[in-house]
Amino acid sequence: MNEKRVTYREALREALREALAGDDRVFLMGEDVGRYGGCFAVSLGLLEEFGPERVRDTPMSESAFVGAGIGAALAGMRPVVEIMTVNFSLLALDQILNNAATLLHMSGGQFNVPVVIRMATGAGRQLAAQHSHSLEGWYAHIPGIRVVAPATVEDARGMLPTALADPDPVLMFEHVSLYSTEGELGGADRQVDIDRAAIRRPGRDATLIAYGGTLVAALAAAEELSGEGIEVEVIDLRTLRPVDDATVVGSVRRTHRAVIVDEGWRSGSLSAELSTRITEQAFYELDAGIERVCTAEVPIPYARHLEEAALPQPAAVVEAVRKAVG
Amino acid sequence: MTADHGHEAGRRPGPPADAGTKRRFELLRQMLRIRRFEEKCVELYSAAKIRGFLHVYIGEEAVAAGIVPSLEPGDAIVSTYREHGHALARGVPLEALMAEMYGRITGVSRGRGGSMHLFDADTRFYGGSAIVAGGLPLAAGLALADRMRGHRQVTACFFGDGAVAEGEFHECLNLAALWRLPVLFCCENNLYAMGTALARAQAQTDLALRAASYGMAAWPVDGMDVLAVEDAARQALGMVRDGGVPCFLELRTYRFRAHSMYDSDRYRDKAEIEAWKERDPITALVSRGRADGELTDEGLAALEEEIAVEIERAVEAAEAAPMEPVADLTRFVYSERT
Ligand SMILES: Cc1ncc(C[n+]2csc(CCOP(=O)(O)OP(=O)(O)O)c2C)c(N)n1
Ligand SMILES: [Mg+2]
Repeated sequence: MNEKRVTYREALREALREALAGDDRVFLMGEDVGRYGGCFAVSLGLLEEFGPERVRDTPMSESAFVGAGIGAALAGMRPVVEIMTVNFSLLALDQILNNAATLLHMSGGQFNVPVVIRMATGAGRQLAAQHSHSLEGWYAHIPGIRVVAPATVEDARGMLPTALADPDPVLMFEHVSLYSTEGELGGADRQVDIDRAAIRRPGRDATLIAYGGTLVAALAAAEELSGEGIEVEVIDLRTLRPVDDATVVGSVRRTHRAVIVDEGWRSGSLSAELSTRITEQAFYELDAGIERVCTAEVPIPYARHLEEAALPQPAAVVEAVRKAVG
Repeated sequence: MTADHGHEAGRRPGPPADAGTKRRFELLRQMLRIRRFEEKCVELYSAAKIRGFLHVYIGEEAVAAGIVPSLEPGDAIVSTYREHGHALARGVPLEALMAEMYGRITGVSRGRGGSMHLFDADTRFYGGSAIVAGGLPLAAGLALADRMRGHRQVTACFFGDGAVAEGEFHECLNLAALWRLPVLFCCENNLYAMGTALARAQAQTDLALRAASYGMAAWPVDGMDVLAVEDAARQALGMVRDGGVPCFLELRTYRFRAHSMYDSDRYRDKAEIEAWKERDPITALVSRGRADGELTDEGLAALEEEIAVEIERAVEAAEAAPMEPVADLTRFVYSERT
């Protein structure tokens, strides 16, 4: 295998380029994806390569262009719609929930919606309370869509082709802190399996469940704990809906302890869902209560020290694991 | 329409002579078929055979009858919860529509949609949306896809006057005009959004004027005159199909009945309703046909009989049709992989 180091951003771009080149039904649209190159520079250069019909700058009309992506998918295209961040996706929530997620069912199986909707999520850049939230857990509540969160460069490269091959709507959440991270990209078949969670670090003492941006904090905590002789198994959820119960619960059955890291707020969160699933399926296997490390219940503040205090940090994860193990 | 609707072309009543007579008789058939279907739905609702929300199209038939048959077979339609008329005029089998009202597996949406969510892949009928203005983005996308693939198909998008106050309406008209999308926007202005009269919700009540501000051809049409609607539709569709641009028709119409079966219609003046009933599009066309000597009492009676039989058969079939097994409750949430 031909290993090469790339950024998460480059991996996404490569996946888009390959999709655009390989299938003329695929097109990219969103605000500033073309001339500007994407607000996180993911699509830089694609307009020049594929032209304005296939790399479409849209007006600031989230509902219209997300809905147009859904409509185009109904008519046989394979649109990739980019929304700048999850905060703005709320203006298109009607289309995502009331159309993308329901059309197949309401039509008695006649109309599936093969659209991919990508957006940035998460905090960490001092962008305050309207640019920093992690609302993917809300989307994971909705039957009819699949929700994925690539946390590694390989997944950034490999999830898009899998998502495009899916006959149903897929929402892809890209944590803002990941775009500039680097990793190795294998040269083999790029498409990755999005049905399974991944064990990113094996361990016997506790199961640490994370996804997207929180994987970094989880792995850092695991490294530190290893120095203390606590071996943590780190699971990258990868797909937030449907959750891969088998991998999560299988790990907890081995370690008998579970800690969940979630950048969403604690109340009514994905972490609450995971915790419930574990107790439903492996209650008698647990040797300790399930611990959760979540974002403080506050709109994300601007000041660096406050933002840091609001978010799940490795130190808090270490603390939570010690509590579970101790 | 296919033979299993219960009438082959050869059995159709009326001895149409010239093309104009034929055309008017066909429009009458379309409108009458919708009217009688809707009346049956009201009756069945009152008998608790149909439940949920039911919004009938009585009074507005000239709009669907004038526009929908002017579309080509490959064109797409996006509609609202008041869509029985559009589906019927499109040729979606009446029997499957009635079965949907009954929530049966033989319904167009297998009983998962009901009155508000009629879908039919064969005729590119994309619903049936019950979110006011929520169908407009879909129409823009369908049109975008057809254009990107080099097809000459167009998308007709129906919505009410209430939708004009929604953000999605304005986003989509802008997008369609900006990208030159082949969409025919059909605004059924029946003067009310539930209980809210047009002037109580819209600062500018000239809806065509507002659409025109996005840089597309837009004009009002007498929605109670099916011939005027058909003429406008043909002209507009020509612009959309050949010119590759969107177009907007404001169909000025009126619903004779309440908003839905839940509505006790307290907000409208009885005299106003009666005045609009004087302009009943079916009565108008029948009177004209009689005056011109092209429609006979026997011809009309035969048409009524044909429609009554078709509807009766559909009701019988729906009554006898099976239900979706509860074991299949969670089917069609995700595509079934083979
Ligand atoms: C977004 C949204 N808001 C409110 C409603 C509730 N509602 C259903 S129909 C309706 C009135 C719509 O009026 P109009 O668009 O003029 O259509 P009409 O019923 O007159 O055909 C309202 C308010 C809804 N379905 N969707
Ligand atoms: Mg109205």
